[in-house]
Amino acid sequence: MAITKEEVERVAHLARLHLSEQELVTMTSQLDTILSYVTKLNELDTVGVQPMTHAFSVSNAFREDHVLDSLVREEALANSPCQNGETFVVPKII
Amino acid sequence: MNPYELTIAQAKGQLIAGSLSSRELTQSCLDRIEAVDGKIKAFLVVNSEQALLQADAADKMRVHGEVANLCGIPLSIKDLLCTKGVATTCGSRMLEHFVPPYDATVVEKLKGQGAVILGKVAMDEFAMGSTSESCVFKVPENPWKPGYVSGGSSGGSAASVAALECPGSLGSDTGGSIRQPASLCGIVGIKPTYGLVSRYGLVAFASSLDQIGPLARDVTDSALMLNAISGYDPKDSTSVRRETPDYCTSLVDGLHGMRIGVPHEYFGEGLDPEVRAVVMHGIDVLREAGAEIIQVSLPRTDYCVAVYYLIATAEASSNLARYDGVSYGFRDQDARSLMEMYKETRSKGFGAEVKRRILIGTYALSAGYYDAYYKKASQVRTLILGDFNRAFEQCDVLISPVVPTPAWKIGEKADNPLAMYLSDVLTISANLAGIPGISVPGGFSRDGLPIGIQLQGPHFREDSLFKVAYNLERGLGLSPQRPKVT
Repeated sequence: MAITKEEVERVAHLARLHLSEQELVTMTSQLDTILSYVTKLNELDTVGVQPMTHAFSVSNAFREDHVLDSLVREEALANSPCQNGETFVVPKII
Repeated sequence: MNPYELTIAQAKGQLIAGSLSSRELTQSCLDRIEAVDGKIKAFLVVNSEQALLQADAADKMRVHGEVANLCGIPLSIKDLLCTKGVATTCGSRMLEHFVPPYDATVVEKLKGQGAVILGKVAMDEFAMGSTSESCVFKVPENPWKPGYVSGGSSGGSAASVAALECPGSLGSDTGGSIRQPASLCGIVGIKPTYGLVSRYGLVAFASSLDQIGPLARDVTDSALMLNAISGYDPKDSTSVRRETPDYCTSLVDGLHGMRIGVPHEYFGEGLDPEVRAVVMHGIDVLREAGAEIIQVSLPRTDYCVAVYYLIATAEASSNLARYDGVSYGFRDQDARSLMEMYKETRSKGFGAEVKRRILIGTYALSAGYYDAYYKKASQVRTLILGDFNRAFEQCDVLISPVVPTPAWKIGEKADNPLAMYLSDVLTISANLAGIPGISVPGGFSRDGLPIGIQLQGPHFREDSLFKVAYNLERGLGLSPQRPKVT
């Protein structure tokens, strides 16, 4: 087994996902197949190989420090599932 | 010929000559959508009213002497490109009611030229899939055969163009999502070099792989569309600052002096004999056009799927962390605590494939596994780019199949994620290396399903791809064959 049910449960928590018992069983089996497949990368020697981060290297993408228009509050809040006209509203945190 | 049957270049000619108005053309496309989209199921939203207003505006621009590239041309847009005031769902419950307050740069560019936005088209949820079956609203069908997949993730884009609902569409390609549906639907699709087209306003899936590109009925139209959308954008920090050529100047006959490489790894086990025969015929056509054909090797091809499904999922798990139910998108309103809100929102808002990829990605990035999975994959990615660089020392363009098989039945691979992932084996390496790739119609299977041919080139050599693609299209002489959709 490349991954156990308990590990999938732990990863689901990290990803802020809640899986039903049925989903957990299916996902564990599918993830196991996929993670077993990717171990084929171990066939390749990568000692000393620099990891690639971007396909085409662009060094620091700076722009001029000009003030431009940004979204007005009303527009920024318009898509929120819960807001009070001034801020986003979420369940009590503390 | 009905206006909706015209290619972009043909329509442009008639618009300039004054024998056709953009309103007539747009109305013709809208009528076509009305007539066939019940079967094709490409469009999630049709913007009839706005489209006709845009068409009228384009007609006015033309009277005033405006001849911008795509002025008055109606197009469809994959539903992950932000369109101001028009819902952008990404094929997901999570964004079902999301109405962007701004346009993606590519949409802004199209509108600036007077192009007409007909509507938004279906796609796999968050572009994760190869068949568009993970779209929660509707699953587009292949215009060549009912009940068969149109490909994915830009399946709605490809189906809408192939079914003559519009002459062109914008899609996105993270592992083949433009080229694969183009191949399965018998049209042209190009994934440009990473950095050529701005991704500002594209809902992100895997940021080091995603690229926007056109789907169209022929090579000329694809060049016209790429001209319209490419170029540096300060709003996308990965956009590359360089002059972009007029790709139409590459559309010339003859390939003398060009070397076409045939990577034998792309012709291995699992390749359908009919697909192989179509590509072999394409190679003969290019040889007749004057190209020199040479054998090359891309030795790490067999590792691309494994690298891709670690890098793409890792980046997706990070990009999709933003869907937390707070500032936009779906929220589970019954949740009482913040943690419960996050978990229930994401569990109800995302479909199975998206959850699967978030889980793989989160696992690959988690403490103790990062080096074994993500870092290892990124190192192999360096080796894969090296393979391409060596191949391009020997040749100008690579030729290969796009997909190992023609289109399959809807539902056929839906229960086996790994089998689905493996069907992307021939397209994902271009994304890993950041190089451009194009799918050109090459022929048909005995069952009447289209088969595409893929060309890949070095970074920023779209001009070479267009030149070879144009000669391939001309040499194959596939008279415009169109699916019978009524």
